[in-house]
Amino acid sequence: MEKIPILRMGEFLLVTIQVDMHDRLAMTLQEDLTTRISETGAHGVLIDISSLEIVDSFIGRMLGNIAAMSRVLDAQTVVVGMQPAVAITLVELGMSLPGVRTALNVDAGMTLLKQSLNGHKKATKKYVSRP
Amino acid sequence: MSVVHSETIPVVSEADMVSVRRRVREVAAKVGLSLVDQTKLVTAASELARNTLIYGGGGSMELESLNGPRLGIRLTFVDHGPGIANIELALRDGFTTGSGLGLGLGGSKRLVNEFEIDSTPGKGTRVAVTRWK
Amino acid sequence: MSKGLQSSKAIGLAEVLVKHEAAILDEWIREMSGATRRSDLIKDSDLRAQCSRFLKLVRQGMESGSLDLQSSAWQPVREQLEEISASRAQQGFTPSETAMFLLSVKKPLFSQLSDLAGSDANALATELWTTTELIDSLGLFTTEMYLKTREQLIHRQQEEMLELSTPVVKLWDGILALPVIGTLDSARTQVVMEALLENIVKTNSRVAIIDITGVPTVDTVVAQHLLKTVTAARLMGADCIISGVRPQIAQTIVHLGINLLDVTTKATLSDAFALALERTGLALEHSLKSA
Repeated sequence: MEKIPILRMGEFLLVTIQVDMHDRLAMTLQEDLTTRISETGAHGVLIDISSLEIVDSFIGRMLGNIAAMSRVLDAQTVVVGMQPAVAITLVELGMSLPGVRTALNVDAGMTLLKQSLNGHKKATKKYVSRP
Repeated sequence: MSVVHSETIPVVSEADMVSVRRRVREVAAKVGLSLVDQTKLVTAASELARNTLIYGGGGSMELESLNGPRLGIRLTFVDHGPGIANIELALRDGFTTGSGLGLGLGGSKRLVNEFEIDSTPGKGTRVAVTRWK
Repeated sequence: MSKGLQSSKAIGLAEVLVKHEAAILDEWIREMSGATRRSDLIKDSDLRAQCSRFLKLVRQGMESGSLDLQSSAWQPVREQLEEISASRAQQGFTPSETAMFLLSVKKPLFSQLSDLAGSDANALATELWTTTELIDSLGLFTTEMYLKTREQLIHRQQEEMLELSTPVVKLWDGILALPVIGTLDSARTQVVMEALLENIVKTNSRVAIIDITGVPTVDTVVAQHLLKTVTAARLMGADCIISGVRPQIAQTIVHLGINLLDVTTKATLSDAFALALERTGLALEHSLKSA
């Protein structure tokens, strides 16, 4: 069965969605991603949807779920590259994906993840380093 | 309203949903709908096809290419499933009897120019949507 | 010597068109002098050529024996009239001036028909009626074609105006500004939203400032439109700041209970710009060196 590849980039995972997914493929991605985050201890997930021409309520919900599940596993999710027509349609559909962070492209997304990771590191550092 | 072209696509499996999206996109582009309008129509088709599949127990979609009074596309989703008891409630955002967010029906209505729905509990449901150029 | 008028199927009309085309043409052109002539918009020679062609095409149409203007025999006439009215519309003729082109052919036709009829008043009456029906139908057709062209022109101008009235400006690397002037209705918002979002992608801009100083009123509808734009931009990875919020607008928004909690607003474009710079990691600095 086809799967969407999940790449590892340092401390982050990168998923590039290029095909029009049927529902089951989307569910599989959700499961695979959470498994990989657990396995790798990754603190960031980048989902590149710049090739997706359609995001309906199911896919929208999937993105929201991924963000929520990742957060529980101590990872940040950033969705990048949403096409204008898709954004306009999602808003009209009534979805605003409140729990999902977004960025214009993979570069911007990486920067965002790194920034939040540094903040995260600094925060945990406070508790860890004691003379 | 004159129908220039008509075809029927079965909606009985998940793979069919992908076909529905692809075919609606193709015809919408041919009719000359703008990119945003194409996207809205294909997304509405996706929502309605999913409803047909999951709540209707499977059915079909009729795709009609229209020319008169203007260019447009009409999609009609038909199933012989349990039907919808309270249509008004179903059209409200956030309403769902399943595990979804319930945006499918109400949301689709906002994505198209014309929206018709008939449903009889126990008999089935018919949803027809039209997008004009 | 003429046999007098045969009253059915406008046979008289057909006859005068064949025998007296030149005379009809001359009189028709003379009829068109005066206010509706618009010699500033069309030359004598061009007008004459159009009229001459029209008479020929009508004659051909009549040769089919049918007076059904929808039939294929009359298609050349319809096409010519479509051409003429479209060009009149584009050149700036009024609807009346355009229709007069056609209606002024009646008098010359009537006078020829009258000559042909001689003293047969009944036959003349029938011929005149058939002719007037024919010319009136063609006149109405001409006016409809004229209107169609005018509507297309207006539509195109509206689109151009919409584009011109909402320019998207690049203020800095990664910062766009959209000064909105005038009322924001559904149609306009669509255009504005699409233009802004396309620009965000094209220029890779992280921040878009929507300045509404030039928007006279903000009601629930306008606020919803703005909110949709801001949400769509956010989904793409860009932040929006709404600037130019006047006190009256702030009051209206609160009164209407519109929830702008998630949206950053600033009173002035410069405040918004400073904030935008901050968000993109830049800051404004005064240089101590003198110029």
